[in-house]
Amino acid sequence: MNTKGAATGPLTETPEIAARRRAMALLARAHGDELAEPIAKRWPDHDARDLKPVESGLVMLRGRIGGDGAPFNLGEAAVTRAVVELPSGERGFAHILGRDAKKARLAAIVDALWLREASRGDVEMMVLTPIAERLAAEAAKTRAETAATRVDFFTLVRGEDAA
Amino acid sequence: MSALAFADPTFESQTAFRCIMRAMSAPGTILACGEALAPPPPLARAAAAALLTLADFETPLWIAPSFPAAVGDYLAFHSGAPRAAAPGKAAFALLDLSADGLDLARFALGTAEYPDRSTTIVAQVSTLAADPRLRFSGPGIKGEATLDVAPLPTNFLAQWAANRAGFPLGVDLIFIADARLAALPRSTAIVEGAR
Repeated sequence: MNTKGAATGPLTETPEIAARRRAMALLARAHGDELAEPIAKRWPDHDARDLKPVESGLVMLRGRIGGDGAPFNLGEAAVTRAVVELPSGERGFAHILGRDAKKARLAAIVDALWLREASRGDVEMMVLTPIAERLAAEAAKTRAETAATRVDFFTLVRGEDAA
Repeated sequence: MSALAFADPTFESQTAFRCIMRAMSAPGTILACGEALAPPPPLARAAAAALLTLADFETPLWIAPSFPAAVGDYLAFHSGAPRAAAPGKAAFALLDLSADGLDLARFALGTAEYPDRSTTIVAQVSTLAADPRLRFSGPGIKGEATLDVAPLPTNFLAQWAANRAGFPLGVDLIFIADARLAALPRSTAIVEGAR
C-alpha cells in the first residue's frame, strides 16, 4: 500500500498500540473454538454489529532472500477481514489468514471487547492467555523436534596438519 | 452508532459505478443512485454512493468545510481515502453548493502529460431537474441537453467556459440531489444559461 498519500503519518508507537498489536496478532492465530467458547460463556450478549460486511480477499505476500535481500512477490494469500462495533462504541478489527468468515468476526468481537476497559482483564485471562500458551507450547514442541535431529559437524585433523 | 455503507459492496458499488459511467457518458441525464444508503447528514445518498464507489486509498479526497466531521469520518472509514490537504491536491472533492462557494480553478486541472490527474467534484445541490435552465452540447449528447441546477454561483457560466477552454485539462462535475445525480464532464460546452 502506498503510504505517501495517507492523511496521517505513521503512528507513533505507544504501549497501548504495542499491546493491541500483540492482542490482534494472537487473535489472528486463534482457533475458531478458542474464540467462540469464551464469547458464548462470558459475553453471550455482546450485541456487536458488523460495520462492514465480512470480506475475503487476496493479499500479496512479499519476501526477501536471506531476510535482507531485494523484496520480491512471493505469492498471494487469502485473507478475511471483519469490522464490528459494540453498542458502547468500541470498534473491533480483525484480519485473519484464510476464508473463515465466522472466525474473523469472532476475532473482531474479541478485539472490541479488549478495547473496553471493563472487559479487557477477562479477555486477557480467558482468551489471549490460552492462545499464547498454546502457541508457546507448539513452538517449544517444534523446537524440541528440530533439536533432536541436530547434527554437529566438525573437522578431523587433516593429513597435512598432522605432519 | 456509526453509519453503514453498502450492504453488498461488490454488487452495489458496481451498480453505482455503472450509474456514474452512464451519467458521464450522457451528460445531463439524471439517474437514481444510492437509494439504499443512509449516510450521516448532510451527506446526500447519491454523493455517498459516488464517493464510496470511486474513492479509495490512492485518491485524496477534499471535503468542503461546511460538512461536519462525521461526514469525513464516514467516508474515511468506508472508502479508506486520505484527506487532501488542499483542493488542488484532490482526486475527488465534496461540496454542498447551498453552503460552499465554487471556484473551479482552485481544483486540480491535471497536467498535459496526465490530464486524468484532475479533480472530480461531487457537488450537492438542492434542485436537479431536466428543465431548460442550462442547455449544453458535446460528446454523448444528441443535439442539446437541458438541466436545471440550483444553487449555482453567479459566475458559473464564465467558470465553466474557462474550464472548457483548457481542454483536455479541467475538472469534471457530478451534481447530486439526494439520491439522484447528473454529470457535467469537461468535454461538455454550455450553449446557453438563464444567468
